[in-house]
Amino acid sequence: MNTDRIEKSILLRAPLARVWRALADSNEFGHWFGMRFETSFAPGATIRGMIVPTGVDPEVAKAQKPYEGTPLEIRIERMEPEREFSFRWHPGAVDPSIDYSKEPATLVSFTLEPTADGVLLTVVESGFDNIPLARRAQAFAQNEQGWTMVVGLIEKYLHAA
Amino acid sequence: MPRNSNLAKSAPVFAALGDRTRLRLLLRLSSGGPRSIKDLSKQSTITRQAITKHLEILARAGLVRGARRGREHVWRFQPNRMDEARRSLDQISRQWDQALARLKTFVEA
Repeated sequence: MNTDRIEKSILLRAPLARVWRALADSNEFGHWFGMRFETSFAPGATIRGMIVPTGVDPEVAKAQKPYEGTPLEIRIERMEPEREFSFRWHPGAVDPSIDYSKEPATLVSFTLEPTADGVLLTVVESGFDNIPLARRAQAFAQNEQGWTMVVGLIEKYLHAA
Repeated sequence: MPRNSNLAKSAPVFAALGDRTRLRLLLRLSSGGPRSIKDLSKQSTITRQAITKHLEILARAGLVRGARRGREHVWRFQPNRMDEARRSLDQISRQWDQALARLKTFVEA
């Protein structure tokens, strides 16, 4: 199994210019993704932002709520209008006590392909194999919570005995 | 819901956990960090040999891992690392599914 990259595609029934704006405009990107950025996106720029619950999906907004205000930085790589938008970031970097800046980042790349029915958007996130496994396990709360829960259950079980 | 193949793979884990001494050992390793056999046998009434045997069962289930440090054998809690990597990737993958669904809602509105 490839553990280095994730690739997803989705057909968006919207004009190419509309899809591009939703990606390239930092306010629009932030609105659906669930972030607020301090400045506009530009190639090579490091953009500071923070997690803000998405305005699009109340369920996801609820899940994002506990992380509201968590700072996140992305570094814009390519902006090729209506074709490709890419940036680097540190996935799951939500622990304020950790300095992620020295860790390797993953590359997130969106490519747009016009079709008869709309725009085929593909997102690829790659570079996971460079991230220390210990950090990966830590970053994804479900695993950790899972293990904490198991350990907690064991503890209860032993104390009750 | 776990798939059947996951359940089958998990069976040795559950078997390894089905013993009070092993649960205690796992608990100590998971909350207290890596320990030597000497350390682990301090507050225990069972012999070092028995502890070693239990640790080996836990190791076969991928729950702990032993390594030599100087003259000592040190054991650490080790949820299967490859599985961790896969699960974390699965989770990011689900997060992208959700994010793209939000983007779809947004641009198609």
